[in-house]
Amino acid sequence: MTEVARKPRRFPLSTAIPLALLLLFVFLSIAGPWLWGTDAETSNVAVADQGISSAHWMGTDDLGRDVLARTLVATRSSLVLAVLATIVGGCAGVALGLLSAVSRRLGRLIDGAIGLLLAFPALLLAIFFAVLFGIGSVGSVLAVGAAFAPGFARITQTLTASVISKEYVEASRVLGKRPLYLTFRHILPNIGEPVILYSTIHIGTAVLALSGLSFLGLGVQPPSYDWGRLLNEGLTRIYTNPGVGIAPSIAIVLAGLTFNMVGERLSDILGGRTAAPPKLPSKQRGLDPAPARAETTGTTGELVEVRNLRVVYHTVDGVTTPVRDVSFSIAPGEKVGIVGESGSGKSMTASAVARLIDTPGRVEARTLRFLDADLLGHGTEVDRHLGRNMSVVFQDPGEALNPAIKIGTHLVEPSVIHQREPKPAARRKAIKALGSVAISDPARRFRQHQHELSGGMKQRVCIAIGLMGEARLIIADEPTTALDVTVQRQILRLINDIGEMTGAGLLFISHDIAVVSELCDRILVMYAGFVVEEARTADVFTSPAHPYTAMLLAASPDMDTDKSRQLPTIDGRMPGPGVDLPGCYFAARCPRADVTCTESAPPLRTLAEGHRVACWHPLTGAGAAGDDELTGVEAKI
Amino acid sequence: MSAQLAGEPDAGSPAGPAAGAATGRGVGQWAFFVGRKLLRLVVSLLILVTATFIMVHLIPGDPVLAALGDQATPQLIALRRHELGLDLSLPAQYFHYLQGVVTGDFGRSIVTDAPVSQLLATKFPNTLGLAIPAFVLVVLIALPVGLLTAIRTRGGRGRVTRTLFVNITGLLNSIPDYVLATLLSLIFVVAIKAFPAAGNGTAASYVLPVAALVVGPAASLSRIVRVEALKVLDAEYIRAAKARRLPTLLRYWRHVLPNMLTASLTFGGMILAGLIAGTVLVENVFGWPGVGTVIAQAVIQKDYPLIQGILLVLGATVLILNMIVDFVLGVLDPRSRMGAH
Repeated sequence: MTEVARKPRRFPLSTAIPLALLLLFVFLSIAGPWLWGTDAETSNVAVADQGISSAHWMGTDDLGRDVLARTLVATRSSLVLAVLATIVGGCAGVALGLLSAVSRRLGRLIDGAIGLLLAFPALLLAIFFAVLFGIGSVGSVLAVGAAFAPGFARITQTLTASVISKEYVEASRVLGKRPLYLTFRHILPNIGEPVILYSTIHIGTAVLALSGLSFLGLGVQPPSYDWGRLLNEGLTRIYTNPGVGIAPSIAIVLAGLTFNMVGERLSDILGGRTAAPPKLPSKQRGLDPAPARAETTGTTGELVEVRNLRVVYHTVDGVTTPVRDVSFSIAPGEKVGIVGESGSGKSMTASAVARLIDTPGRVEARTLRFLDADLLGHGTEVDRHLGRNMSVVFQDPGEALNPAIKIGTHLVEPSVIHQREPKPAARRKAIKALGSVAISDPARRFRQHQHELSGGMKQRVCIAIGLMGEARLIIADEPTTALDVTVQRQILRLINDIGEMTGAGLLFISHDIAVVSELCDRILVMYAGFVVEEARTADVFTSPAHPYTAMLLAASPDMDTDKSRQLPTIDGRMPGPGVDLPGCYFAARCPRADVTCTESAPPLRTLAEGHRVACWHPLTGAGAAGDDELTGVEAKI
Repeated sequence: MSAQLAGEPDAGSPAGPAAGAATGRGVGQWAFFVGRKLLRLVVSLLILVTATFIMVHLIPGDPVLAALGDQATPQLIALRRHELGLDLSLPAQYFHYLQGVVTGDFGRSIVTDAPVSQLLATKFPNTLGLAIPAFVLVVLIALPVGLLTAIRTRGGRGRVTRTLFVNITGLLNSIPDYVLATLLSLIFVVAIKAFPAAGNGTAASYVLPVAALVVGPAASLSRIVRVEALKVLDAEYIRAAKARRLPTLLRYWRHVLPNMLTASLTFGGMILAGLIAGTVLVENVFGWPGVGTVIAQAVIQKDYPLIQGILLVLGATVLILNMIVDFVLGVLDPRSRMGAH
């Protein structure tokens, strides 16, 4: 409790209530018998079996003793026995656990015994031991202690195993230190805290267990009494006086609850956590639609159209914007790649197009359209449309396939649901699809689970899922990153071939500009949630306009790279999604940046046909398109 | 579509080209799995039987003398000792005991002289009659409640729901079943007189005992289910299922549920075992004619053959339940068949 005292400023209810209750129980255990002892023990047959009244709040028992006084007095015996039982169980269990951890041969035997004992409910064990130790207070304490020992032993084993593997213990072992020395010098001090914590919670359980035994008549014997005994004696008389049932019941529940709460609070405090996380001042920004830069009128006939896309996350820690302003479009059959380092917002952009942003994330855009479906809208019609026409391939195929479901089900389900195909037809189609992504023996694979397939094969399955509908767009989010290098190329070729075959468009996300350039017609370069450059693949390589693009190219090895020289790296860090800057987000890392760059944000301007850049000082093509916005700004090269 | 795209299939696929071999291995794996579990059960049962045998011999003093009291004549004591086989050597007694257990002969009650097996045959079905409906209800309540709360509190949403859920289930979980049984009978039998006080005569008499058994386990299981469901809901394959635009209900039913069953079921097995023991207490509140009312009396009267018989039946039930849970897990989760545990 010292930790609590150290922080007097914050004394939340979640600490105050258990602490107050604990103090109350400690007080009752100490003072109870002195204060109410005479009321509890003196029989007065004249007032026997009375109901609840102002003189006897919980009525009287068959000898006219006050039930409330007896309940309060019983606090001492109930709690003392519970603490004793916990100590007995704790000592026996910790000793067993240590023994099994220190001695290998004995360890396996004890381990098996603990496993077997843990399978039995504690009450059953307690009855077994109560028979052994005899009924009465001592017997029931030993019985409950023995029933708790396996749990303590298991937690000691777990904790000890983690301590023993630590370096300093290993070192002591190498130095030839004896097991007993290890136990007392290294293991006990390290497992002490969690074991004591576990004990605190167990005192509550012990109260319940001991009361249970007493309730059965196997625990405390008259004339002594604890709560369980009171309940046992009262049960037959609850018709005449409900108090004899109510008072001990409340006491038992309250005690169990108190020790549970105290244990939980203790573990919170020791674990360094606080119940109420400090509320960070949330930086509430205006949620007006994204600034209308680079506005273009909605073109028709595009496969995908994205205008001023923003993805905002509202969390308790504040507001973050992983995608700040992204506009692009994909023509039917076109292959578009998005490159950028991690955190650039490229995957979030793909997720927004795939309508996979989940709360607390929010998608805002001027336009977000796929074919003729508005992706900002709601409704099952949109989902059915996407289910048929859009296919998503994820980064880690091992994670993207459900381990509990057969490979085949992954393919059949969408067909049956979105295209209302009968199951046998869908199954034939699925096996065909698996064949066409070069999976050998597709009929057998169809029945297998994902853990029976290799990584490359799993990704082929994910791609095959896209073949089940009439996919017009394939979104592939780093589909080769999690795979072996040898398999990567095959998967890339497969994605390309599927695109050629079905005429589907492609939105390909990668951190590797070389990979994107192999596959895509057009490349978007993203940085800190913005599209900083957009160009045809060839133009990106011959005339990169944004300094960041140039750096990405320089950092990416190709055939001509001199292997003996180190690849250049990009210094500095990208501003995170929680940062709000007035100017260009790349300025801090940019060798060409000046005051303009840090003060005002560069718009995405057209340099040439199909080549756009968001930079005040682009590397090439300044003024080439005769853009109005460019006049007055000299590009320094 | 049948054109082989992208050339050769991956090298190093774990299953290899021989389909027949894989199927054969699958059957072998199953046989090994089932065999190991059965062996484990037999060993555990043997330990249980031995423990109940040793129990009687570890008790200080003469159990017959303890049971019959000081007034018993030496002749009666000698007779009972002989009946119980206590005049034999220890190994002979053990063999005799084992033989009896295997053939369903648990001896006779010291107090009433009735065959223990007969008593178990009439009382134990009543205990199961409480525990099984209670377990079914626990699962039927905990699964949907836990899953729905997980869905509502996913990703830091629904903080109020989360706080309410955690506190209410925490409170319900810390009311022991026998206390709840007492309170329920105070309210519904004494005050409202809506249900019978004791016995198992009518359908209505099941309501209160089952309710007393269900509340705590349902609360703790729904907490486990919620935590498990939160893990699964965050998994990439659920996002992938969403990307395939599977309807919400199907997603939860076919994609989320099977994946959270493993941990939930393991815990469910423990709950069922706990319910078997929990009936012992609850039966005593409602005068239920199961083994629970018998065992408390038997312990107080030191009727050892009866105690042995009841502990054996309850313990064996727990062990068999554990094995059934392992089998169900093996069917649901193919990976659990391969691991050691």
